[in-house]
Amino acid sequence: MLDIRNLHASIEGTEILRGINLKLNAGEVHAIMGPNGSGKSTLAQVLAGRDSYTVTEGSVLFEGKDLLSMKPEERACEGLFLAFQYPIEIPGISNTYFLKAALNAIRKYKGLDELDAMEFLKLVKERATLMAMDESLLSRPVNQGFSGGEKKRNEIFQMAILEPTLAILDETDSGLDIDALRTVADGVNKLRREDNAILLVTHYQRLLNYIVPDAVHVLVDGKIVRSGGKELALELEDKGYEWVREQTEQVIEG
Amino acid sequence: MPDKINSLEQLRSWYLGAFEDFEKSLNGQSSDAFHARRKTAIQHFVTTGFPTTKNEDWKYTDLASVASTQFLPVVKPGHIPAGRIDPYLVEGQNILVFVDGYYTPALSKRLPHGNQVLVENLSASMHERDFPSEKYLAQYASVEKNSFAALSTAFLRDGALISVPDNTVVEDPLQIIFCSSERAEPYIVHPRILVVAGKNSQFRLIETHIGCGEGVYFSNAIAEIVLGENSILEHERVQDETHRASHISTTYVHQSRASGYTSHNFTLGGSLTRNDIVVELDGEGGEATLNGLYLGTGNRHVDNHTVIDHVRPHCSSHELYKGILAGRSRGVFNGKIVVRKDAQKTDAKQTNKNLILSDEASIDTKPQLEIFANDVKCTHGATVGQLDDEAMFYLRSRGIPVDESKNILVYAFASDLLDRISDEPIRDKIREVLTRKLDSARK
Repeated sequence: MLDIRNLHASIEGTEILRGINLKLNAGEVHAIMGPNGSGKSTLAQVLAGRDSYTVTEGSVLFEGKDLLSMKPEERACEGLFLAFQYPIEIPGISNTYFLKAALNAIRKYKGLDELDAMEFLKLVKERATLMAMDESLLSRPVNQGFSGGEKKRNEIFQMAILEPTLAILDETDSGLDIDALRTVADGVNKLRREDNAILLVTHYQRLLNYIVPDAVHVLVDGKIVRSGGKELALELEDKGYEWVREQTEQVIEG
Repeated sequence: MPDKINSLEQLRSWYLGAFEDFEKSLNGQSSDAFHARRKTAIQHFVTTGFPTTKNEDWKYTDLASVASTQFLPVVKPGHIPAGRIDPYLVEGQNILVFVDGYYTPALSKRLPHGNQVLVENLSASMHERDFPSEKYLAQYASVEKNSFAALSTAFLRDGALISVPDNTVVEDPLQIIFCSSERAEPYIVHPRILVVAGKNSQFRLIETHIGCGEGVYFSNAIAEIVLGENSILEHERVQDETHRASHISTTYVHQSRASGYTSHNFTLGGSLTRNDIVVELDGEGGEATLNGLYLGTGNRHVDNHTVIDHVRPHCSSHELYKGILAGRSRGVFNGKIVVRKDAQKTDAKQTNKNLILSDEASIDTKPQLEIFANDVKCTHGATVGQLDDEAMFYLRSRGIPVDESKNILVYAFASDLLDRISDEPIRDKIREVLTRKLDSARK
């Protein structure tokens, strides 16, 4: 589904990603862990098409197509979704209006009929129930006045409506209390399917107690330095990021 | 092409000639009590002419195109296509429609309010001696100080008169629509409004200015609003003139003790627009709220000047003006707040925010505070910005195309001005008008 090869990216001349290689198949959940400044969020943003980053080398294939040549909206229409680390507030535009515009843009791209107001409302209600989403948040302006937890939940709710084939969750767990974390993780688990994939970008291991990954990758200084199964996350939690860093340095020096 | 007016001399002869013709067309009315004021007014106008950019208040708005055009007066109202006013109509029982300045009963609706509330055209009563509004009409819009007021008063034949008696609450909004027809020659109209609110009265007023077709016209609008003690008025103003029209308006508001005035001023059309709103808080405990949205597209020029004059103590004023400027449009905002020596405990807040959508669009924004009292709270702030990159990326990352994303963010910028309109049907109507306008601005 996703094939990242030797991806290099920089911002204002500073290289952040320094040769990422990653393969993700349908039905899989991969976690990317790493210390602050390792390039986790940059990777998420580059995949979604944020133009403040420049890709200097490498390629990304998404379902066989060249992802990097697509505009952000095309990537979304092709089935990619980024749950933002810091969701944006848009005053004056209701959550429902925003979601309807997004869903219909994607449907139009796929050659499907746009949903009318009734059909859309039905879908929204159904998914809101599934995600245990407070319906009062739907009519409020996008993310405005939402608590941190509500914003993160709103991202997952958008994911439930838009049904992406590849979802990238950028630190969706950060700043959540344990109850909110459970609700968000529960929502994500409900959306796991054989034909979609999820890339979890996270700083902490605890999310992985609730969303069990098929693989864990450790990102340090813009490179994946270790990959392994879910037990790698526990080891990392136990020994800290310094441990990986030291090991990496030893390898380089050796 | 008609000749141009190139000097004050030529302006004088053009407008004096027009005034003579106008006098003849008044028939019996030239002998009415008001006519002496018309004569004084035309003399004032031809002495001063139109303001030039040398005048500090007109520094950014060049009226050369208006001053040099030989605008013809309207002798007979023109035709407007069926349904032209419909997109602006709010459900209601009180609608006064003026076509080219003439009251048009066929398009209007007036329901009696137990002979209490007076909603009518000025011409119905102003030729009578001691007509009820005489003590207010042309008393606030000074013909000495304002050449547009002078011009309007000189050619005053008709207008909207709203008089709400003491202790009267009018549930239904009162609507006044001024519509200009399409004509081959440039012409001038003088929309005129007088509102007199009695003690403890409360009502809403929607004032709309629109036009038809491709013609060139100059709409010189004057409104005088006199608010009695403890009265409350919410005033929506929608200006959506055609793209070759010039619209210059002055709204005078005189507030007595504990009265409340709220203005929602939407400037959406016209080639050249200048709005002046002058509020005099002339009684303790008065409250004035001025909200405005101005939209610039193409080559349009939109200038909003507001003056809030705190004359008495314990009054508050709140002002929020927002501008959306696209294409090669130019915006001007000047917000003057005067706090007189006696106006202690004044609380005044002014905000102007501008969204610039193109490199060629521009805005000149200026707060102007003149404070002579020492125990007051006055704040002001102005911002000029572009669409937020992060918000754009957020919308696009959800599959929404660039143009639609821009539109959503522009609408979001404007939305709090809609939200402040307290009446839902009025809010929805203005939202429709604005959305259509933003959509067509994109195309």
